[in-house]
Amino acid sequence: MKVRILVRLKPGVLDPQGRAVHHSLDSLGFAGVEDVRIGRLIEMDVADGTSDETLTKMCEQLLANMVIEDFAIEKLDGQKEPA
Amino acid sequence: MAFRAAVITFPGSNCDRDMAVAIEAVSGQPALRVWHGDADLPDNLDFIALPGGFSYGDYLRSGAMAAKSPILRAVVEAAGRGVPVLGVCNGFQVLTESGLLPGALMRNAGQTFVCRTVDLEVANTSSPFTTGFAQGEHIRIPVAHHDGNYFADQATLDALEGEGRVAFRYADNPNGSQRDIAGVLSANGRVLGMMPHPERAMEPAAHPSLGGADGRKLFENVVGALVAA
Repeated sequence: MKVRILVRLKPGVLDPQGRAVHHSLDSLGFAGVEDVRIGRLIEMDVADGTSDETLTKMCEQLLANMVIEDFAIEKLDGQKEPA
Repeated sequence: MAFRAAVITFPGSNCDRDMAVAIEAVSGQPALRVWHGDADLPDNLDFIALPGGFSYGDYLRSGAMAAKSPILRAVVEAAGRGVPVLGVCNGFQVLTESGLLPGALMRNAGQTFVCRTVDLEVANTSSPFTTGFAQGEHIRIPVAHHDGNYFADQATLDALEGEGRVAFRYADNPNGSQRDIAGVLSANGRVLGMMPHPERAMEPAAHPSLGGADGRKLFENVVGALVAA
């Protein structure tokens, strides 16, 4: 089962990297960019039937830092597995 | 007097030797060297140091992989028994990632790697690490980091300040840290994480810009506090 984990800074946590990239986009002449925030995409291939609970634990214990980040889990196949 | 200290080395640590030399210079005893893959710490330790560097290449997040290494379980357990633990720079990042200290170290607000000697204000004088300093005393210690921007939510920051757990503050904040925090203590004061490198300030230099011995005091505090205890 393919799983995508999207790890993002929590709303309100300053993202200096996003701010620098925003500034660069402005410099390149792209108008109308309101905000840029940078996260991390983790793609995993896990055993079919891996539970949401297990995936959540993986995120909480390692893949995301819960002090500053949120995560979203997206299963790309194996959707027929009971959640 | 016996003073058994251990310095943990992770793949990518680069201040472990300096840390060991600093401990040995003050305690007069060899610091034990422990590899990250070891499951157990030496017995009867008086002090554990997590050095600076780029453990595991800073993969995922600075300190994240080291915080899950086998030896960290033993470090967390030792900290639970009250063994003093010092984490410097990457060691501080490992301590926050392991949950021994609150908060997180984010990318510097200015995006750049900061490498210079900074002025620190001593904000706590009751821990084994800070007992020999005067409240409000200013000391000069080098920093060298890219991810030293201390972040915690407002409630955590209020609690840290209310409980006197901010050990050091930057006089001139180099990295955007919340409330100028350079070092924080655990609730029992026996775990200290700090971005500045005391092990790089061990000897008086010919000119203040070349260094100083303010870091040595921190190690003298630890050794002195434990011998007195």
